Formats: sequence, C-alpha cells, structure tokens
Amino acid sequence: MSSLFTDPERAERLIDIAQSSLLPLLEGVILYTIPLTLISFAFGLALAVLTALARISTVKPLQIIARIYVSAIRGTPLIVQLFILFYGLPTLEIEIDPFPAAVIGFSLNVGAYASEVIRAAILSIPKGQWEAADTIGMSYSQSLKRIILPQAARVSVPPLSNTFISLVKDTSLASLILVTEMFRRAQEIAARTYEFLLLYMEAAVIYWILCFLLSLVQGRLENRFDRYVSR
Amino acid sequence: MISVRNLHKRFGDLEVLKGIDLDVQQGGTVVVIGPSGSGKTTFLRCLNILEAPSAGSVKIGDQTVDFSRPLSKREIASFRKQSAMVFQHYNLFPHMTALENVMEGPVTVQKVPKQKARERAEALLTKVGLGEKLHEYPFQLSGGQQQRVGIARALALDPKVMLFDEPTSALDPELVGEVLQVMKDLASEGMTMVVVTHEMRFAREVADEVIFMDGGHVIERGKPEDVFTRPSQERTQRFLNLIQNTDVL
Ligand SMILES: Nc1ncnc2c1ncn2[C@@H]1O[C@H](COP(=O)(O)OP(=O)(O)OP(=O)(O)O)[C@@H](O)[C@H]1O
Ligand SMILES: [Mg+2]
Repeated sequence: MSSLFTDPERAERLIDIAQSSLLPLLEGVILYTIPLTLISFAFGLALAVLTALARISTVKPLQIIARIYVSAIRGTPLIVQLFILFYGLPTLEIEIDPFPAAVIGFSLNVGAYASEVIRAAILSIPKGQWEAADTIGMSYSQSLKRIILPQAARVSVPPLSNTFISLVKDTSLASLILVTEMFRRAQEIAARTYEFLLLYMEAAVIYWILCFLLSLVQGRLENRFDRYVSR
Repeated sequence: MISVRNLHKRFGDLEVLKGIDLDVQQGGTVVVIGPSGSGKTTFLRCLNILEAPSAGSVKIGDQTVDFSRPLSKREIASFRKQSAMVFQHYNLFPHMTALENVMEGPVTVQKVPKQKARERAEALLTKVGLGEKLHEYPFQLSGGQQQRVGIARALALDPKVMLFDEPTSALDPELVGEVLQVMKDLASEGMTMVVVTHEMRFAREVADEVIFMDGGHVIERGKPEDVFTRPSQERTQRFLNLIQNTDVL
C-alpha cells in the first residue's frame, strides 16, 4: 500500500471511503446506538431507583438482594456480562437476540451504577425534610415522590449524566454480541477496505460529537434544576 | 385541649423523658424552657409522634393515644393530624415556592382541590405578612420570612394545636420580632400552642404557663411572672441566671 503523503490516488480513495462510510455509520447511530442508549438508560434508571429504595429500606431481604445485585454487576466486566447473556445463556436454552440481550445487559449495568448515585443523593437530603413531610401527614411514598426524590434528582444530574455518557460509549461493546451498531459497521468497512485508522477515527469523532452534544444538554438540565438554589 | 400523662421516652439506654405531665387548655399557650439536652425537642416530637414515646399517654382534642402498646401507621397518621410543627431550622421544601410549600399538605395529603388550597394558602401567607412573596423560593427569603412560611404551612393543615421548637433561635436578632408577632397574633386568636423558646418577653406576654425542664423531668411550672421572678427551685434560678447573663433573652 502506497504512502498517503505521496500518492494522490490513495488520498482520493480515502476521501471516497470516508464519504461512502459516513451514511452506514450514521445509520448505525440512529438505528442502534441511540435507541440502545435511550432504552437501556430508561430501564436502568427505573431499576436504579428501585434498587436504591431497596437499599435504604428497613426490609433486610430487600437490602441484601440489592447489595448482591450491585456488587455482582460492579465486580464483573461489562463485556463478560454481555457474553454471558448472549453466548452463555443459550446453553440453558435461553436464546436472546443481540439487541434485546444488549438492552438487558446495559440496563442491568446502569441500574447498578446509578443506584449508588441515587442512594447517595437520597441520603444527602437533610433529615428535616423527611420530618417536615411527616408532620404535614405524608406517607412514606408521598414523601419520596413529592419531597425527597425531586431534591435527590437535582443532586443526581451531574453524576447520572456521566453514567449516560459512559453508556453511549459502552454501546460499542454491543458490536461483540453482533449488534450492528455504529462501531460494528466501522469494523466491517475497515475489514473490507483495510483502512483501519480512517474508519476507527471516524467512529471516534462520531462518539465524541454525540458526547459533546450530551454535555450541552447536561448543562441545560443542571441550570433548570438549579432554579431553586442560590448559586 | 392537650393532656399528657407520665410520658416517657428512651433512646436505647438513655432515658430522655422521665415522666412528663402537661395540661393545656383550649386556646392556652405553654412555654417550655430548659437547658440544652433536657429533652424539650424530644417532648414536642413525641406530641407529634415524630418520635414514638416509650410509655405514657397523650390526649389532644378528643383523641387519646396510649403508648404502652405499639401504634399502627393509621393511628399515628390520624393522631398527627391534630397538631402541626414549626421547626427551629424551618425545614421548608427548597424546591417549592412559598405558596407551594403551604399548599403541599392540603393538596397532597388532605386532597383539597388545588384552587381552594391556593386561595387558602394565599390568605395564610398574607396573614403572616408574606402576601408579596408567594412565588419566591425559600432561598430568596430571609430567615424570618422563611419561618413565617413555616408557620403558614403548619396552619394550612388546620391543626388544633401548634407546636413550636425554638422557632426564633436560628434567626438574626432583628428578625426575631416579626416571627414572635405572628405567634402572638395566633395566641390572641385562640390557637392552642406549645412553644419551646427562651424568649422571655414573649413568654411573659403570651404564656399561660411556663414549664422548666431539666434532665427529662419538669422541675418547675407556673405563671411566667412566678417562674421568672421567684422560682421555687434552685435549678430554675441557676438556669435563668445563665440565660440572662448570656443574653439569650
Ligand atoms: N434520635 C436520638 N437518638 C438518641 N439520642 C437522642 C436522639 N434525639 C435526642 N437524643 C438525646 O436526647 C437528649 C435530649 O435531646 P433534645 O434534643 O430533646 O434536647 P433539647 O432540650 O431540645 O436540647 P436543645 O436545647 O439543645 O435543643 C439529648 O441527650 C440527645 O442527645
Ligand atoms: Mg431542641
């Protein structure tokens, strides 16, 4: 293969590949990377709230189940979890398609990590808030819903945004369980054209742009939540 | 209106209340004084069952609870409705405006229609002098204003009894007066109140009875002028000297 710097044909070819690969890669983003991220984050967040509540509850068995779940997920690599779900479970005659397997894996992952964030946020709300809710006659669930979780949400936005941004990048691991998301497409085109640097750089730039846009959203979200605190 | 008999509260091995008795007439005001750690806050919290007493009984209005047996959530909720609490550190909900703070109990707990609750909340906030601050968040209000929102929030529950735990002790001196004025107005309108405070002027003007607590006991009780000017117990005298010297009053 001739040098990029001396061979005008080579440069042209690169531009060609860059252009023709852009569409499939963006398609991968729109069809898989984004849906995978959004769906997994939504399920994961719901799971995280439940897990956090279980951990602060006074019901021992719930506490223990939640602790084991969090510990197991945090103590094992995400890629291993995905492999168990996709390549392991068929041994038990549980066959899950690539996309749902990825959703399950990522949701479980977000659920565990975000539950720690949410638990810490709930515990950071002063005891006086629970008491004030108590004295005006609120039940436990009313206190949570109306008083505690809205305040905990504000505290959680920055760390949860990090979780979300990590998730966007982690979806690239789904390529290893045959989800044809963006990075898998980049690999396929690279394998066909041998232009590894080009394709992987292209993928990197797309992830970067996605995450950059998300950090803008994060800033706006924080501002919105901060309207009731002096800064 | 209130009658407390032989109220005990222990935290593990620590017995904080060792048999408190108290009677408050309808429309009466009792001021509770006593050194730090004597159990004043715990006593108020027991009246609201924020803390479950270990023994004794409390009657408020026509409901009596006997703490020798465990209470169900329902019983606690129904008993708690009769009194409302004002906290030393206000404990306003920071994510809600003044108006929303006051509406929260009626709307969420008592299921009062929003429009009605709003009108009532506006009236209460106006009554405590905050008619102009309805849509401010707590952080935008001074301590005295926050505490008046706290009082309005408690009043919105239509309690038979108001419990105040050192409502002015977190305030800058120049803000104390506005809160005490609201409380005096309440007293003169016939609200039944139990107030933990070391504001002696307030006690003299408003209280029907002052009780001095120390070490989980009521050491002395009587009319404010008696307790303040000729206490019968040496411990009361010592405490009064202490707070007068440190200028808490
Ligand atoms: N939840 C709790 N667990 C254990 N001990 C407690 C608890 N709450 C209060 N106490 C103890 O009970 C005693 C009385 O406390 P309390 O807050 O009622 O006193 P206080 O008279 O209100 O004092 P202060 O003037 O400082 O507010 C203290 O020794 C305190 O440490
Ligand atoms: Mg106290």
